[in-house]
Amino acid sequence: MKQVAHIIATLTLIGVIAGGSLSLVNNWAAPKIALNQKAETERAIYLVHLDGKRYEEIKNAGFEVYKVFNEADSSVGYSLVYSGNGFQGKIKLMIGFAEDLNKTTSIEVLEQSETPGLGTKILEPPYKDQYNGLVTTPAIKLVKGVEPSNPNEVQSITGATISSRAVVTIVNEGIAKLRTIENKGASK
Amino acid sequence: MKKQVTLLREFTKGLWEINPIFKQILGMCPTLAVTVSAINGIAMALATTFVLVFSSLLISIVRKWIPNQVRIASYIVIIATFVTIVDLVMKAQFVELSKALGPFIPLIVVNCIILGRAEAFASKNNPLRSVLDALGNGVGFLISLFVLGSIREIIGSRTILGYQVLPNGFEPWLIMILPAGAFLTLGLMMGFANMYIERNKNLEREALIAQYKRVGREEITEEVLKEAGV
Repeated sequence: MKQVAHIIATLTLIGVIAGGSLSLVNNWAAPKIALNQKAETERAIYLVHLDGKRYEEIKNAGFEVYKVFNEADSSVGYSLVYSGNGFQGKIKLMIGFAEDLNKTTSIEVLEQSETPGLGTKILEPPYKDQYNGLVTTPAIKLVKGVEPSNPNEVQSITGATISSRAVVTIVNEGIAKLRTIENKGASK
Repeated sequence: MKKQVTLLREFTKGLWEINPIFKQILGMCPTLAVTVSAINGIAMALATTFVLVFSSLLISIVRKWIPNQVRIASYIVIIATFVTIVDLVMKAQFVELSKALGPFIPLIVVNCIILGRAEAFASKNNPLRSVLDALGNGVGFLISLFVLGSIREIIGSRTILGYQVLPNGFEPWLIMILPAGAFLTLGLMMGFANMYIERNKNLEREALIAQYKRVGREEITEEVLKEAGV
């Protein structure tokens, strides 16, 4: 009986001390972590809208989307955070759209776990820069092996078709979602 | 009463003699997973060493009060606390590094090096020796991860610590930064390490046999050699 009491007391004490010290550290770290995350989102928002100076979050969208304004405080378009399935895991993108949603300004990959050296080429300019000023109506198409001939076409990365296609799909889905939100807003 | 080793030996034994990677074969999961570059290896090893040192210290201090039946549970809670602290601090102060190491920081909790040293050493020795043992093992882990990470980074992406060391003409071996590259590199490193150890052992053995022959000892049986420790 005495031994049981000893065991319970030891575990309780360790638990209390561990919990207490963790809450202390968390109190210190939590605001900093939140700040870091905010800074990172902000950085990404302006990366896809280089002339952006101010942004507003569009609430009740069901996903993260920001309206971006330039120096003269007129809207330059949207920054949309959207994710989808890549080759091995999720790909999370920050997509910049022009005001009328018919063009992308550029994209930025926030998170990915693609194959190093193959799928990770979606992070590199030859592929990524294809989204600078890409026409989105009709929907973006992926072409393999040949140079894109239409303004809505993206050339696939050799050896990483699935990753290339995933990014196209995410952008297309994102814009479709954003359009429904916009239409709802307009009908109100 | 077992023979007490010097304090210096408590530290240096972790570097090679009981090196966590090559001798104890512990902590293989983070070793294989994070060593795509030298800097990732260093960061992972430093985080692990921090947790290892502090949990060894604490476990060694409280070792006499913890009932034997719940010792593992207690160690895990202590280790998990330190790991969570490291994780939070890294997220708050070293964002890039924390992103690169991703899920492997929380997984330090189940890194067998830490529980292994807690169970095998810290729970039986005084705090000073435990800290030295933890530091030695941590540094041994650091060296192994650094070497492994460097080899993979040089061949896999032509750089070391971000600086290019191989010319552009060298086509990077993609496989080296994929999981398969980790197994190949580690396997070869262990193979060469064991080859070196075997060679040393054989040399020692032959030297002893030669010595016995010189002093005219007649029969050199296996038992005799075993007694001499070779």
